[in-house]
Amino acid sequence: MAGILRGDLGADPVKTLTHTTGLSALVILLVTLANTPVRRLLGLPALVRLRRLTGLFAFAYALTHLAIYAVFDHRLSVGAIAADIVEHPWVLVGFAAFVILLALAATSPPPVVRRLGGLRWQRLHNAIYLAGVLAVLHFYWLVKADVREPLVYGLVLVVLLAARWRPRKGRAHGPAVAERIRGN
Amino acid sequence: MLIGRPAEIPSREITDPALYASRREWLASVGLLAASAVRAPIRQDTDDKPTPYDVITTYNNYYEFGTDKDDPAKNAGSLRTKPWTVTVEGDVKRPGAYPLDDLLKGLPVVERTYRMRCVEAWSMVIPWMGVELGALIKKLEPGTRAKYLEFTTLADPKQMPGLGYRVLDWPYVEGLRMDEAMHPLTLIATGIYGKPLLNQNGAPLRLTVPWKYGFKGGKSIVRIRFLETQPKTSWNLSAPHEYGFFANVNPRVHHPRWRQDQERRLGEFFKRPTLPFNGYADQVASLYAGMDLKANY
Repeated sequence: MAGILRGDLGADPVKTLTHTTGLSALVILLVTLANTPVRRLLGLPALVRLRRLTGLFAFAYALTHLAIYAVFDHRLSVGAIAADIVEHPWVLVGFAAFVILLALAATSPPPVVRRLGGLRWQRLHNAIYLAGVLAVLHFYWLVKADVREPLVYGLVLVVLLAARWRPRKGRAHGPAVAERIRGN
Repeated sequence: MLIGRPAEIPSREITDPALYASRREWLASVGLLAASAVRAPIRQDTDDKPTPYDVITTYNNYYEFGTDKDDPAKNAGSLRTKPWTVTVEGDVKRPGAYPLDDLLKGLPVVERTYRMRCVEAWSMVIPWMGVELGALIKKLEPGTRAKYLEFTTLADPKQMPGLGYRVLDWPYVEGLRMDEAMHPLTLIATGIYGKPLLNQNGAPLRLTVPWKYGFKGGKSIVRIRFLETQPKTSWNLSAPHEYGFFANVNPRVHHPRWRQDQERRLGEFFKRPTLPFNGYADQVASLYAGMDLKANY
């Protein structure tokens, strides 16, 4: 990141840009997923206001990541991009994660949330967990041999998912859903 | 097999005199190969613009010093290349433990500018200097049963911090079929840009096979074995369905994760097409006549 600000993108600038934007999207996605556990842990309900903001930032980085790939790797050739997605599972999961983030970003403005209704909005936005899993898998599969870094992000994701799990009392979706809807 | 050589040397192929001066300086200073009486003809093997020296020396895959591209330049300072001994074993008439100078003594120094295509779909253009591996093999006199050569890289945890993590089964091993090893394009490189190899580029001697993916070029070689059977090579052992023994650059055979029909030349933004055998098909394709290159990737 500092390199980008200095204008120094290294020997392979496109790789630097692709990697930096992809990693930023993943990290900010994890920050978004951390919102609820941290909010509960610290007892700061106001933090929920940051959730949509960070989610949209994750989407913005994912969009930039995809745009760099589409322009520099494939010169915007839809055929070449489609072939790449079909042939390579790691490109496919990355693209799937992007489609999920796109759907979530498109349904994040308050009027859209109201039109969808809280429960349907919540069900759709639960897909962010799937996006997180796919993003980590995307990173894991592209690494040649040294998988330590993607595994660290995978571990963070598992911890964040585990933090969300609470023994359910009575009905499955009571207070938690109400709380999340109020948050938006 | 007849290898065509250019009949004359166009002016664009003459190396910059400043580079030459520095090369002579270096030769004189290290005394390496100084005894060699023969000067091989200067031969550039590509019109491509050489990749800048600082890129070649800072963007490296040398996992013994770390898996990030800039790790080798940061960490390879701990490698001691003097003295250096190369053990020659197997079916060969002159086996032994050779000090580096003795191993290369009497062999003509050559300079070649080759494209280097990494399996990760990036490429560089490197002005190498060194000796033809074929000349070294002739000097060592292989036996009649020697069909393959195996090259082993140093694996010393005291000098190589990356060995602490078993990303590959150390030591790093590469190999060639005898006809590939004897091919005049195949080099034992000892320098780039007229200067001795830096540690991160595989000092003091490394293999360079320009029509194969870069990982075939074993670095900091400590052992050469003459074998009857195909050696087991590191990346092939690590992921057999991804990396073959031959590893010839082939735009029609894709790696499971990287398309191989295009590559990014370092310093360029858009990709360019990858050529069969990395553009050396006219010189090497005949080595593989009749072989299924899809099966023997």
